Amino acid sequence: MAVSRVFVHGQGAVSPAGWGVPALWASLENKRPLQVQSLVRPGWDKPLPVRLVPPPAVRPAFLAHPRLRRASPMTHFAVGAALEALGQDADLIRSGGLRLGILTCTLTGGISYSRRFYEETLQNPATASPMIFPETVFNSSASHLAAFLGSSTINYTLVGDAGTFLQGLAVAAGWLDNGLAEACVVIGAEEPDWTAADALRLFDSRAVHASGAGALYLKSRCPSHAPVELAAVTDSFAATRTPGRNEAARKMRAQLPVGAPDELLCASERHSPAWNDWTGKVLTPVEILGEAFAAASAWQCVAACDAIQHSRCAAANVSITGASLQAIAARFVNPHLFKTPEDLSP
Amino acid sequence: MLFPPPKPPQPRRIVVTGAGIITAFGAGWKINAEGFRSGRTAFRRVTLFDVSRHRCKIAAEIDLPGDLPPNRLSPGDLRRLQRASRLLLLAGAEAWNQSGWTPHGRLPLVLGTTSGEMCLGQEYLCQALQTPLCFKRQAERVTHYLVQQQGINLANALGLQGEVITISNACASGANAIGHAWELIREGRAERVLTGGYDALCHLTFAGFDTLQVLSPSPCRPFDAGRDGLTLGEGAAVLALEDLSAAQRRGAEILGEILGYGATTDTHHLTQPQPDGNAALAAMRAACAGAGLTPDQIDYVNAHGTATPQNDSAETAAIQAWAGARAATLPVSSTKAGVGHLLGAAGAVEAVASLMALRGQWLPPETSVRTPDPACRFQVVRQPVDAKITTALSNSFGFGGANATLIFRRWP
Repeated sequence: MAVSRVFVHGQGAVSPAGWGVPALWASLENKRPLQVQSLVRPGWDKPLPVRLVPPPAVRPAFLAHPRLRRASPMTHFAVGAALEALGQDADLIRSGGLRLGILTCTLTGGISYSRRFYEETLQNPATASPMIFPETVFNSSASHLAAFLGSSTINYTLVGDAGTFLQGLAVAAGWLDNGLAEACVVIGAEEPDWTAADALRLFDSRAVHASGAGALYLKSRCPSHAPVELAAVTDSFAATRTPGRNEAARKMRAQLPVGAPDELLCASERHSPAWNDWTGKVLTPVEILGEAFAAASAWQCVAACDAIQHSRCAAANVSITGASLQAIAARFVNPHLFKTPEDLSP
Repeated sequence: MLFPPPKPPQPRRIVVTGAGIITAFGAGWKINAEGFRSGRTAFRRVTLFDVSRHRCKIAAEIDLPGDLPPNRLSPGDLRRLQRASRLLLLAGAEAWNQSGWTPHGRLPLVLGTTSGEMCLGQEYLCQALQTPLCFKRQAERVTHYLVQQQGINLANALGLQGEVITISNACASGANAIGHAWELIREGRAERVLTGGYDALCHLTFAGFDTLQVLSPSPCRPFDAGRDGLTLGEGAAVLALEDLSAAQRRGAEILGEILGYGATTDTHHLTQPQPDGNAALAAMRAACAGAGLTPDQIDYVNAHGTATPQNDSAETAAIQAWAGARAATLPVSSTKAGVGHLLGAAGAVEAVASLMALRGQWLPPETSVRTPDPACRFQVVRQPVDAKITTALSNSFGFGGANATLIFRRWP
């Protein structure tokens, strides 16, 4: 049977570490949790701990676009990460020379505008802002990015837990495979809001809510320089049903190779029994950057790809045990070292 | 593995072997088929939340059945199910039972929605603002508000294992979900998929459309010359899709075939379509190309037809550009005239309505249309009528420029 091949042609990241993949990687290499900031929580004396995206050193030119001036923070982060991942291909897409599929993945979506709009509605529906409501729609970020790039090719917004970003990679691979798109950008994005930070605290009092976006740019053709191949996305194993998260994680783990000491594991949690046998390095971006759901899983993938590109490892697994939906993992490899997907056999 | 998938030697044919539906007409295939066939309308004053300060006060609100179909959820889980989950479960169980499937192996669930269980998000915010030091039920609200939870509830209720994926492409969500499910089977990534869309009425969404002044104060009249906006509805529809040969092997009753799917993005504006309907046209053409059909071979168009001046105008332009000379005899109607705009459920409900029309050999009329827009060169179906139809095309367009078109064929 023919086997699809998908390669990473670019990465982008907007995170509490700053705008750009170098800032993300520098913070991960530093291994020290980033400074925690405060977010006012109405009705409380004590603010909520968060990690916010710092303002960019230079205001990105894309913010001047008419569709992006009023857009939500999530959209700004998503577009920033996507454009970094697309690099010079953005111009090719704008000129109609490349059909780009867009996949945006999120858990909370445009939550700050949703909260603001509903507060206005409760006060007086007659004066609630019609400018805000459209930005509350989950697919507004994908729409703005498509408009900015002039891309009329297929786009989806997938909503779910952190693992949804990996589902997005598999959907993108399908689009590349069946010709719906010639290239795909998959984005994980979240924005800061006290309601999200407040809700997260209910489930994990030590968690620090973070925001930002990460993006991978995928094509079927192998790039000439520093290639990274998406070798696998495991099945999604339900983490809520019997027998629970650990069993789901174990099944997910069983679909990936044993691994080697020169491989990297980018995990959503440091101590998962499923990875007890892992002998390679382990990176847990959430400990440094904070919990940003779909954006956090995107950062894990960006870090994994960046590590392979810079020869810090030969292969990297990204493992996610989502908050309420699934255990799922992806594997990225240097295709020069792992010649064919058949090498993946556990 | 989700990737890389096994690939079949050639694309498969995909058929529908189960369908479930709930709208303001009621729950189930029969009552909805009767409603769509007769051109009933199901609008009334909204009772779910206070609309006294809103410009529009009506919607196609559902009288939710008190009992749920037999399922595998615990009493505690059942007690926590909210409106959107209940709608989805009612439609999902009907489709599941009709399909005759049993819960073995991995079976993906692909759903579309715009707002999930937004009513719980509203409750969460109200309590957080009004009594910020009271956390009672807040964790439960968060869990069940999250969009993935409604899919998890359905999967647990039916005993499904497999990927749950939720597409939120505004009002095209349901059609995109069905289209994605179709692609999964066609490309050999799944043998069968349960798919559909759902959305429940909620205050935030109602207020949002009201502030945009796109809601009509009276029941909507798609493609009417005097149309003045849409009317919201709520509901769910779920389809059981599977490979034709697998369905035939097990002797399943086949409700129809899905022939084509097209999805494009309209970059014109966040909430308004390109006036000439070019992105909608591209979606229709893509679906036809995939199906290997020309407009001459389409017997009925179930239009997106929201009844806003802009949508219907752009869709009219798109249909006419796509159909060419065929437009003059092409029957077109929007079932939103009866059950309102179901947002994330619209594409799925309209898919089921199209299957009903194909099976029953009739066209769903818009009995509320008084004077068809003179710009429409196609035949707006206004009276109940029997018709020999083999193929139907269904359009769904959403905020953000999400456009999706599905094509169905009568079986056999």
